[in-house]
Amino acid sequence: MTIDHPRSRTSRVLRTVAPPLILLVALLGLWQFSVWWFDLKPFLVPSPVRVATAAMATFSKLAAATRVSAAAALSGFAASLVTGVVIAFFFSQSRLIRISCYPYAIFLQTVPIVAIAPLVINWFGSGFRSIVIITFVISLFPIITSTTTGMTAIDPQLLDLFRLNRASRWQIWLKLRLPNAVPHLITGARTSSGLSVVGALVGEYFAGFGVNDYGLGFLIGRNTSQMRTDELFAAVIASTLLGITIFGTVSIVGAFILNRWYDAR
Amino acid sequence: MSYGDAAPSLANIDLSVATGEFVSIVGPSGCGKSTLLRLVAGLRTATTGELTINDGLPHHSSTKAAFVFQEPNLLPWRTVAGNIRLPLELDGSNQSLPKASSDDLIKETIRRIGLAPHDASKRPSQLSGGMKMRVSLARALVTDPQIMLLDEPFAALDDILRQQLNEELQRLWWDKRWTGLFVTHNVSEAVFLSQRVLVMSQSPGTILESINVPFGFPRSPELRAEPEFARLTGLVSTHLRRAAAGETGSPSASTLEGTA
Repeated sequence: MTIDHPRSRTSRVLRTVAPPLILLVALLGLWQFSVWWFDLKPFLVPSPVRVATAAMATFSKLAAATRVSAAAALSGFAASLVTGVVIAFFFSQSRLIRISCYPYAIFLQTVPIVAIAPLVINWFGSGFRSIVIITFVISLFPIITSTTTGMTAIDPQLLDLFRLNRASRWQIWLKLRLPNAVPHLITGARTSSGLSVVGALVGEYFAGFGVNDYGLGFLIGRNTSQMRTDELFAAVIASTLLGITIFGTVSIVGAFILNRWYDAR
Repeated sequence: MSYGDAAPSLANIDLSVATGEFVSIVGPSGCGKSTLLRLVAGLRTATTGELTINDGLPHHSSTKAAFVFQEPNLLPWRTVAGNIRLPLELDGSNQSLPKASSDDLIKETIRRIGLAPHDASKRPSQLSGGMKMRVSLARALVTDPQIMLLDEPFAALDDILRQQLNEELQRLWWDKRWTGLFVTHNVSEAVFLSQRVLVMSQSPGTILESINVPFGFPRSPELRAEPEFARLTGLVSTHLRRAAAGETGSPSASTLEGTA
């Protein structure tokens, strides 16, 4: 007897996916019904059908804005990944550097990005560059803290093992600290990837962009001020999907790396 | 030799181990057995006194020493073969070894330690506790050390597995005749493996008694059932109880050895 044949797996997937989907349809129905029943004005709460129509009508505009935001989020995220690992390398090499800088790394993590965004735009101008910098700033600290933890929280016996074999400082970093940090780095990268979308949207909201070249943050700001609530909803849904896509991709890549090169649990 | 400043954890340790000798160290928890092993390994430095390996200090000595920890301490991101390769990669003096011959060496070590060839590509998480310990032993043996320092390597294993690994460790030692220093809490294991069992007392840690184990090699599992084996484990246990009770070395201890 086989328990795990494809049909039963399909039905198991159906059983996990179906309930939330049914709930979604029910909620959309309730929403549509409420708009009609309470006679809600479209500029306050547009009905789902209206939002879908608006999304379809402005699809190319929406897709272009999503592409711009994705580019900003991914650029900032990639920069934070590289920079964060380099900073963590220095933190792991010198206790003095670590104890001097680490408190600020944690402190800076708590500064709200909306408070820094206008300043960054003041310095670097209104445009793509400022948005990437804002994204970079918000994504950086989770990478630094998680990677530093991974590079410094090493089992003392493993350090003994490396010293017994006369390992150089560089070998200890390359063959022990760096691989030990990989799971921590992946956790940090997942957090950062989610934050990078927030950074990009906040940056775009403040920095705007040109008439033809703008991201979702700008679109959300403009739709709000022009009371185009249905298009606003469509833009919000697009940014949510962008966030899920980036976070999901990083999570899947991370899980793949852990399975392939790390201890498969 | 002594170690530690305010309250020395080791004091008046006077011990010499001959080349190719296998010596076990037993003692109450916290008596400094592991510290002694780490001093020999050069991971710690003695406060006073002298410790030499072939007339050199531990960390300057050209003598190759390998350490086996209580935990297997395998790197989870490396395969079995990758873990065994680690010492070859790290120590500069092995760099001259061509890749092909180090591959052969790893294969040979995997075979010697009692693992199957297809285990080479497994990850530590796929191994049982006993297999992990075998890999840990293989990693120590791959550099062909002259001294093996073993810090309770089988403490976490069940009794039958421990006995099996004792037999294999003894066989490995008999093959190559490295000098073995073996720390354990298990008296039967100490007697089975060693030519000499040292009993340590605590605070400060010192060597209370040295008991010769006269059985020849190679030793078979049946040895454990012999009356002389039981007499020796009994003797070591008696000394161990005295050590735990805080008594220091005394003439009565040697009297006991004579009468037992």
